[in-house]
Amino acid sequence: MNNRRVVVTGLGVVSPNGTNVSLFKEALRKGVSGIRYIDELKSLNFSCQIAGKPEYKKEYLNNYFNSIQLKGLNASGLEYGVIAGLDAWRNAGLELIDKKDNPLWDAGVIFGTGILGVDKFREAIYKVDDGNVRRLGSTSVIQTMASGISAYLGGIIGCGNITTTNSSACSTGTEAILMAYDRITQGKAEIILTGSTSDSGPYIWGGFDAMRILPHKYNDNPTVASRPMSATASGFVPGSGAGALVIESLENAQKRGATIYAEILGGHVNSGGQRNGGSMTAPNSAAVKQCIKQAVINSGINNNDIDTINGHLTATTKDVVEIENWCSALARNGKEFPYINSLKGLVGHCLAASGSIESVATVLQLKEGFIFGNKNCEDLHPEIEAMIDKERVPTKTILKPINIAVKASFGFGDVNACIIFKKYS
Amino acid sequence: MTKEELLSKLKTIIEPYVQNQEGLKQISEATNFIDDLEINSANLVDIILDVEDEFGIEIDNDGMDKMLTVKASIEVIQDKLATK
Repeated sequence: MNNRRVVVTGLGVVSPNGTNVSLFKEALRKGVSGIRYIDELKSLNFSCQIAGKPEYKKEYLNNYFNSIQLKGLNASGLEYGVIAGLDAWRNAGLELIDKKDNPLWDAGVIFGTGILGVDKFREAIYKVDDGNVRRLGSTSVIQTMASGISAYLGGIIGCGNITTTNSSACSTGTEAILMAYDRITQGKAEIILTGSTSDSGPYIWGGFDAMRILPHKYNDNPTVASRPMSATASGFVPGSGAGALVIESLENAQKRGATIYAEILGGHVNSGGQRNGGSMTAPNSAAVKQCIKQAVINSGINNNDIDTINGHLTATTKDVVEIENWCSALARNGKEFPYINSLKGLVGHCLAASGSIESVATVLQLKEGFIFGNKNCEDLHPEIEAMIDKERVPTKTILKPINIAVKASFGFGDVNACIIFKKYS
Repeated sequence: MTKEELLSKLKTIIEPYVQNQEGLKQISEATNFIDDLEINSANLVDIILDVEDEFGIEIDNDGMDKMLTVKASIEVIQDKLATK
């Protein structure tokens, strides 16, 4: 365990079921779904015509972007990330420094994404193919470079420490938090705005539709389509959005008198090397188990200390394997298994943003003392029920103080990330 | 189009990019976009595209290179309008 303690002091979120932290928290508690029918997907002949997409009025962006930044803005992931990031920064009680001040040498940004600004990129491709490259303007590059999101946030805030974007598919958000955690424990930064974002729209979701891993029988009934751990799970519903966390050294948080949401005890990231059952698209179970076990060891806790798990659990047949891996890694099953839930039943799979949005949910559970209910899981998969007690997979929100929560994410490329959060005391 | 009308249109185009509002109040032919208005140099290409749209002209590379001040910009625009 590291000597230097690291805490979460700010949260921000732009989720399909809530575009700020208080709306999101209410949606979690009440089980409000953010999955809806998207007409554009139907007209483009998608099999899956539903998705999780944050909704807000265009004018809302005026609170986050200046007039120059808004001109030609056509990158949904950049919008979500900047909104969530600035909300988290303000939520942590931090202000934006003046343009003429020195940068904040001890403050950084590590904010991940899979791909940024696909709509902007499409716009650019059409112009280039038309022989009209001169009409691209100055915004094509900054809205489509992956690090556009960390560059925007770093510039608005005035960060003088690391300002970067990580990318590791669906484990991106969870990995970003751990990268920030590591840098703070090493004493290289005091405070880091971390999280991840994912664009919305057909150009992001199309590839998954083509892989036939999305549900196609729920276009008329979107809110019941995403069914993690259910016997009738039939694929993940694509989502989008952003989650953001301000994390900092405990000393720095105490010095500022900041509100502390939770402590990060530690975690681990690894890869299955696409060996031994692992592939580009499927996890090597040995690596998943090793990642969880190592996260527990790095955090200096025992398996039995874990109260609740927020799984990756995307609503495919792989959910059964994930539960098997948790049981094995933690040596717990039946009634002794921790509570477990998946946010994807409510918002779908927010891809690169999933790890950060789900971490925000996990931290809220610790701070407020609840475990949100699993949506669409009344028919728990029999193979899961054979491993863990049905009562450990709540379908309704439970109000209950919790002390230690685990968040794990697994991504394409056979990559894993697992974080251990603890209620701050 | 008179020079005054042209200046007024140009002022509307550059306004969103200006970071020194004092400079904008005192705008004159001698005003330099970067030095006096603190316009980010990357945004100069956006101003040129906006000018093209507003006046229905196309500005070539040489014209673009010149458009660093109000005076030079007006000259380039007038020149293009005359050959339209």
